[in-house]
Amino acid sequence: MLQGTYREIGQIVIVDFSGKITLGEGSSMLRRTIRELLDQGHRRIVLNLADVDYIDSSGIGELVSGYTTVRGAEGELKLLHLTRRVHDLLQITRLFTVFDVQSDEEAALRSFS
Amino acid sequence: MAANSHRIEITLETILDSVDLSESIVMRIAEASGFGEEDIHKIGMAVREGVINAYNYGNQQNRAKKIHLTIVLSAESMTVHVLDEGKGFVLHEVPDPLAEENLLRTSGRGLFLMRAFMDDFSVRPGPSGGAELVMVKRFPHAVSGVGEPQPG
Repeated sequence: MLQGTYREIGQIVIVDFSGKITLGEGSSMLRRTIRELLDQGHRRIVLNLADVDYIDSSGIGELVSGYTTVRGAEGELKLLHLTRRVHDLLQITRLFTVFDVQSDEEAALRSFS
Repeated sequence: MAANSHRIEITLETILDSVDLSESIVMRIAEASGFGEEDIHKIGMAVREGVINAYNYGNQQNRAKKIHLTIVLSAESMTVHVLDEGKGFVLHEVPDPLAEENLLRTSGRGLFLMRAFMDDFSVRPGPSGGAELVMVKRFPHAVSGVGEPQPG
């Protein structure tokens, strides 16, 4: 099960997720969250994954989909505080070269253009 | 099959719950067999991806079809077979998810993860059609030779 709460800091919204991003409810929840944020006009989004300890291939696909959707809306999506397993997963799938991954919240906020 | 191996066969419904169920069963067997935490995680995730593959692509979410999970434990390894009732596929025809042009694809990483997390991985046609994924994880003592009983 995946849960998320929003925090707005200026024009940036941080989503603190906890749980698993896996096939089914987790992936669907991530998709809904990103759509809702875009519908609300947000274009600078940080997904805080500090409490997400498990992502499967479906969850990875949903992260990629979120990234391309936000970028298509002329926005930016960044990932923050990856757990070791999620970090390793993005590394072996070469998605570290795609996502802007941050390990410090202040730095993540400053990194928006 | 070797004389001292154990074989467990489970038939799963083609439903979403089978993904979590198969992962949970296999992780418990891996733990009881003596694998360490990291290997248990990798085996669980590989089997999860195998059953997702059977559910989504093999059986196309058709509830009339089954997913056949077989676990074979020997002194050296744990082998997991995931057999679907679909049309089958050829492994080398699956696009490479690490290729630059495929990095932004939203699917197609499951087979890669199975291969990455297990020691051996192969795909073969099922005995009566479908695809059979075969994945092997060797016990650490079988890899290193440490702790192996020495011939007397």
